[in-house]
Amino acid sequence: MINTITLKDLTSNIPAAIATALLILLLLTAVIGPPLVSYDPLAMDLDNLKQPPSKAHLLGTDGKGRDVLSRLVYGSRISLTVGIVASILSLCIGIFFGLISGYFGGKVDAFCMQLFDIFLAFPSLLLAIGISAVMQAGLTSAMLAITLVGWAGFARLVRGITISLKEQTYIEASRALGASPARILYRHILPNAIPLILVAGSLRIGGFILLEAALSFLGLGIQPPTPTWGSMISLNRAYINSAPWIIIFPGIAISITVISFNILGDFLRDKLDPRMRG
Amino acid sequence: MALYILKRILLFIPTLLGITLITFILMQYIPGDPVTAMVGERASPETIARIRTELGLDKSLSYQYVMYLKRLGTGQLGRSYYTNRKITDDLLEKFPNTLTLALAAILFASTVGICLGVLAAVNHGTKWDRLITLLTVGGISIPVFWLGLALMLVFAFYLQWLPPSGMGNGGPVYIILPAVTLGTFSLSYIARVTRSSMLETLSLPYIAAARAKGLSESSVVLKHALKNSLIPVVTLIGLDLGSYLNGAVLTETVFGWDGLGRYALDGILKRDYPVIMGVVLVGAVIFVSMNLLVDISYHLLDPRVRVKEEASWR
Repeated sequence: MINTITLKDLTSNIPAAIATALLILLLLTAVIGPPLVSYDPLAMDLDNLKQPPSKAHLLGTDGKGRDVLSRLVYGSRISLTVGIVASILSLCIGIFFGLISGYFGGKVDAFCMQLFDIFLAFPSLLLAIGISAVMQAGLTSAMLAITLVGWAGFARLVRGITISLKEQTYIEASRALGASPARILYRHILPNAIPLILVAGSLRIGGFILLEAALSFLGLGIQPPTPTWGSMISLNRAYINSAPWIIIFPGIAISITVISFNILGDFLRDKLDPRMRG
Repeated sequence: MALYILKRILLFIPTLLGITLITFILMQYIPGDPVTAMVGERASPETIARIRTELGLDKSLSYQYVMYLKRLGTGQLGRSYYTNRKITDDLLEKFPNTLTLALAAILFASTVGICLGVLAAVNHGTKWDRLITLLTVGGISIPVFWLGLALMLVFAFYLQWLPPSGMGNGGPVYIILPAVTLGTFSLSYIARVTRSSMLETLSLPYIAAARAKGLSESSVVLKHALKNSLIPVVTLIGLDLGSYLNGAVLTETVFGWDGLGRYALDGILKRDYPVIMGVVLVGAVIFVSMNLLVDISYHLLDPRVRVKEEASWR
């Protein structure tokens, strides 16, 4: 049955507690941070190019005189938005295909499995590059690319869960009572799949954020001057020797975000995955 | 045995076709007109119409797809919009560099990864275990391109121990930073899997028996436990090739390494679509072929799987 996680569970695990706190902080930064920063992330101060961190600019300025901290805060909004939206979209598509593939079996399953295999045959970044390169650069292309890269993994997972769940006696009983497949899937199988889906989602969202960062590092996805953590690093690569802080801070931001999601995901898996117990 | 291999290869073909289909579909969305890209915008309408017929662009999509497959079958990936060189030639030239880098990275990742995994398992519960676990989580969370830049900053610019970029004269020092960068992600996974596999093996009865016989701890760990823990690790090393292909794009970009990844980046920057699609397609084919090879060799190597199969023949 579904395990519940209490607050006590969380506070007794220090890394998970820290990770959760950091993620909440990140979420707050992304949501209410932008109006609160002291500088316009696009405003160029040509007298103060490449300034090291100081009282005026807490994290320094970049090659075009823009405040790094403000750009980091605005960038958090993009990274989180793309990561969360792409996760939700690919989860929805993956759950749909996973459920019907696992439940109906036969030709439907064979076709779906082949479809999953084809999408999973592409190395993730290469497929994301292929998709976002042909689309008009921007937020939509990044989200669509990452969604299309991620859905098949979720689909395979949900298919596995569905297959193992559908042999349960209570499912057979429902069928005998005349329940339609849709009802069975929605009322019985899906709720029991949610914990494992949650674990998988939280473990993969970090990968989605890294994928978005890589895309914007390569110049795809969201375009400058909109600040994204990835493009902040690529645009200021030339100053690695003279002004290293410009590329250090965005990288730290990405790393901390992804580490926190991974630690939280590990924690959820330890608590929710029945295979891990005993 | 041979039947299994044949079956796997047969199942492989639809996936391969599917890859070409997706690449073909993506190519339909390429902005701009491929004909004007080839002959320029000031060509006469007759020339444009002629080239269009030659390329088969006036025929149906399914016809074009078949033509595309035919071209792929003869190893034609088209030409770059910019250099007009055959993409196949470019790829053949650059692939060895990426291969060298990947091999160096695999070597680094597996040796260090397995060592760390063994250390963590043997010291289970101590601060070393926790430290290594934390490091490995970090290893899969750090963006590859940033890791490369950070290593470059420390080792090439501050300490000046290693060259910052390029392939130089081919000397070994040039490959160190890129290989470490490329291998770190995989190293972390290998360490984690080695650790959990070792922990599982170490709890098995025959290990307790070996200890009771009086064997030294290092003999127990290295000779007995490690060998048997390595099966999932070896599979992982093979299957992790996807991360090397992804990572190669980013690592080669950062270090100016002249391989497939850099080639892809140049294509992206110049919007050289044939190049981009060529790398995507070839990357997927390499990835999925390697997975097939790993699958088959795992089947051949794991005696338990083989015996089970032989038993089922009777």
